[in-house]
Amino acid sequence: MIVCIKQVPDTTDVKIDPEKGTLIREGVPSIVNPFDKNAVEAALKIREEKGGKVTVITMGPPQAVDALRECLAMGADDAILLSDRAFASSDTWATSYTLAMGIKKVGNPDIIFCGKQAIDGDTAQVGPGIAEHLGLPQVTYVQKIKEVKEDGMIVERSIEGGYEVVSVGMPVMIAVDKSINEPRFPTMMGTMKAHKKEIPTWGLAELGADEDKLGMNGSPTRVKRIFAPERKGQGEMIQGDDESEVCALLIEKLRDKKVV
Amino acid sequence: MADLIKGGSFLISQVKPDQVYTPEDFSDLHKMVSDTVAGFIKEKVVPQIDAIEKMEDGVAVALLRQLGELGLLGTEIPEKYGGAEADKISSLLIAEQMSRGGSLSLVFGAHTGIGTLPILFFGNEEQKKRYLPDLATGKKIAAYALTEADAGSDAMNAKTRAVLTEDGKHYVLNGSKQFITNAAWADVIVTYAKVDGEHFTSFIVDRDTPGVSIGAEEHKMGIKGSSTCSVIFEDAKVPVENLLGTIGKGHQVAFNILNIGRFKLGVGCLGAAKYALELSSQYAQERNQFNMPISKFGLIKNKIADMNIRTFITESICYRIGGLIQDVIETLDLSGDEAGQKIADAIQEYAIECSVAKIYGSEALDFVADEGVQIHGGYGYSQEYTIERIYRDSRINRIFEGTNEINRLIIPATLMRKAQKGEIPLIQAAMKLQEELLTPTMQDESDELLAKEEQAIENLKKIFLLIAGSAAQKYGEKLIREQEILARMADMVDEIFGAESALLRTRKIIAAKGEEAGSLAAKMTTCYVNGLVPKFDVWAKEVIAAMEEGDTKRTLFSILRKLTKFEQDNVFVMKREIADAVYAKNKYVVI
Ligand SMILES: Cc1cc2nc3c(=O)[nH]c(=O)nc-3n(C[C@H](O)[C@H](O)[C@H](O)COP(=O)(O)OP(=O)(O)OC[C@H]3O[C@@H](n4cnc5c(N)ncnc54)[C@H](O)[C@@H]3O)c2cc1C
Ligand SMILES: Cc1cc2nc3c(=O)[nH]c(=O)nc-3n(C[C@H](O)[C@H](O)[C@H](O)COP(=O)(O)OP(=O)(O)OC[C@H]3O[C@@H](n4cnc5c(N)ncnc54)[C@H](O)[C@@H]3O)c2cc1C
Repeated sequence: MIVCIKQVPDTTDVKIDPEKGTLIREGVPSIVNPFDKNAVEAALKIREEKGGKVTVITMGPPQAVDALRECLAMGADDAILLSDRAFASSDTWATSYTLAMGIKKVGNPDIIFCGKQAIDGDTAQVGPGIAEHLGLPQVTYVQKIKEVKEDGMIVERSIEGGYEVVSVGMPVMIAVDKSINEPRFPTMMGTMKAHKKEIPTWGLAELGADEDKLGMNGSPTRVKRIFAPERKGQGEMIQGDDESEVCALLIEKLRDKKVV
Repeated sequence: MADLIKGGSFLISQVKPDQVYTPEDFSDLHKMVSDTVAGFIKEKVVPQIDAIEKMEDGVAVALLRQLGELGLLGTEIPEKYGGAEADKISSLLIAEQMSRGGSLSLVFGAHTGIGTLPILFFGNEEQKKRYLPDLATGKKIAAYALTEADAGSDAMNAKTRAVLTEDGKHYVLNGSKQFITNAAWADVIVTYAKVDGEHFTSFIVDRDTPGVSIGAEEHKMGIKGSSTCSVIFEDAKVPVENLLGTIGKGHQVAFNILNIGRFKLGVGCLGAAKYALELSSQYAQERNQFNMPISKFGLIKNKIADMNIRTFITESICYRIGGLIQDVIETLDLSGDEAGQKIADAIQEYAIECSVAKIYGSEALDFVADEGVQIHGGYGYSQEYTIERIYRDSRINRIFEGTNEINRLIIPATLMRKAQKGEIPLIQAAMKLQEELLTPTMQDESDELLAKEEQAIENLKKIFLLIAGSAAQKYGEKLIREQEILARMADMVDEIFGAESALLRTRKIIAAKGEEAGSLAAKMTTCYVNGLVPKFDVWAKEVIAAMEEGDTKRTLFSILRKLTKFEQDNVFVMKREIADAVYAKNKYVVI
């Protein structure tokens, strides 16, 4: 199994620059994208039941090894960092190409796990992109793994208002939702072991990738403008002495607005 | 490997910045360990803090066991007994982070510290094999029972007796212990009894031994989620295999464990102080009065800055000591059975520093928590706000692990003993100082950053030597009766170590990262030293006035005048800048 993870700024700690309207990233701690921890946990659970090996991989700057180490501390067997100047400014398409090349070099995994999306970009495109580049089936928004067999698995996929049960062959790309599990904490021993582990860095040369598909060159996305959405009207708290009074007030207001 | 620094020697020698360990020296592993614990506290403990504080059934114990599963109860235990065998600094970082878990940190501290360490350090191979693996995982919970109703500070006055049975297989214990943390939950109790009413000795007692019972929960001011009960021994038959260490040598176990306990207590206080500061900074920036956030008022900035400074000194003290202990441990051969004893001895070398950490940390936290409540106004007095709990929880730290009075007496007593044994040339230094003071010298006035502060700290050391030397000459052996003088000496030792740790750390930051990076630390050091010089002036005058009269008194006063010469800086403006730096990150800051 291979788990793709990303190092992201801890958005619970992020402040918005009141004048420029942009994120203040300076001094904000980096964390493993929370959904990716669910992905690691899902892989570790399968390893506990069925055996196998869990490799975590990320594309990012050199300091992204910290995120890989955290996953090693959780229990992953190996970690690989994809890092090269040529990868800079990748959009989701180029990123998924690079990760796909990395995955190919690791070997032929049965399952590629990704988190549902990254909390800094919220695109949810990289997992599906990897599956496309590798020509594999994919199941997104997975909330439960029901069964893992020799050549396939049965999973639940959350959709609006319910879920689908999907039977899929392997190899497969699975993007997991937060509800799938609760990621474990690294143990002290795991942390100490992770600290000693060698993490190889693969660049353009090691991947043997097509330079035109990487980084800026390989990224069809162009950002035209970044802006803060206009503030919608504020909500209103209806206060009253008891439920019936609050309900009466609410109905009155809805009538006023001709909603009912 | 550089020569090891002797405990207490900082008072008479110049220490260089690269000789002190600082938080800027933490490794990636240290940061990872610290983040892991912080994550656990944030996600698992904080949401349950009310349940912990109300002592809801099993909550604290369950969390302690989870910490065990993560290997966080066994960081100091060797791998062969199921521990993680991490370095000292890691275990300090864990203790620091744990303090955000309210009473759980007490449960954790009593278990991993005073509960487990006696067995780790003084147990024989069989005892270590029997107990440590279960203590490392949290399968068994430990407590430490030293205090008795009539033996608190005077621990050697214990009345609990142990008598060997006729068949020589058991000791029968009778007596009772008071205020025992974790008592209600403990499976293993390390305790002390006098064999034949005479020889103070340590024992490991299993909770399920017939004749062992636990009293009712104490209703406490704070740390309400920790269990504190009496432990009663009524003809409790403890197997002879459970005698810990040597008969009559229980005081060695007790005092060694207290040294570590004191030092760790300082680290715990540090974590709580950081938390209190964070909450106060956040509150001040959110609370509007007079049409603006109260954080903008000079008086609030002054508080925030002082809180940050006291926390900075505490942190610099604690990790400096951590580095000292780590350094000696690294020189030890820990392969044999005596490993634990060797570590305990190594820590004993820094008994003075451990007491400093205890006194300074507990008093800094009291200050920070108190000002934290003040910043919260009426809301700080309400249980709705975490600062209220921190304030109550803080108070115990000045009482247990040796009251701060007892620790203040230990510092000069230990120092005098070391001087008499020739371990540190205190007497020679005092004599040299007297000569030096009689020959007038010019102090070179340098404009270099922190040169003035460095000179001031050198002078504070001289004041200490002057006072200590005069007092030793005047009273000799009887100095022990002059508690007020001894406590002033301890105050001086405490503050010298604190200010110097801050100065050296600042210098180290500047050397590694430049003046810009070190500017906040430099301001903190400057502000602190500015406040310290007049304090030493008063303290020294009190002692001189108590000891001497007439010409001798006047001579000493005039020497003191020279040594306390210091041009006051504009600390108000610096403190505003320090407060703004805290606000920007909404937490404790150094760089
Ligand atoms: C919540 C809590 C948890 C505790 N946990 C433990 C535990 O797990 N294990 C354990 O063994 N103990 C524990 N203790 C006991 C604690 O260590 C003692 O309370 C402490 O040592 C002080 O002893 P005492 O209460 O008898 O006070 P006393 O010794 O009676 O002291 C009263 C006052 O007199 C002062 N004083 C005493 N002797 C001198 C002297 N020679 N010179 C000057 N002043 C002096 C003290 O400084 C203090 O101010 C705990 C206490 C509390 C409150
Ligand atoms: C137990 C209790 C009983 C009480 N009883 C009564 C009562 O019977 N009747 C009643 O009317 N009220 C009562 N109060 C309210 C009490 O008087 C207020 O809590 C107090 O005046 C402080 O106001 P505050 O809590 O809003 O704090 P704030 O005004 O928000 O103050 C927070 C902090 O900011 C500081 N600060 C505020 N303004 C400035 C400034 N301009 N410059 C510098 N620093 C500033 C304060 O000194 C404080 O440190 C009670 C409060 C408590 C907790």
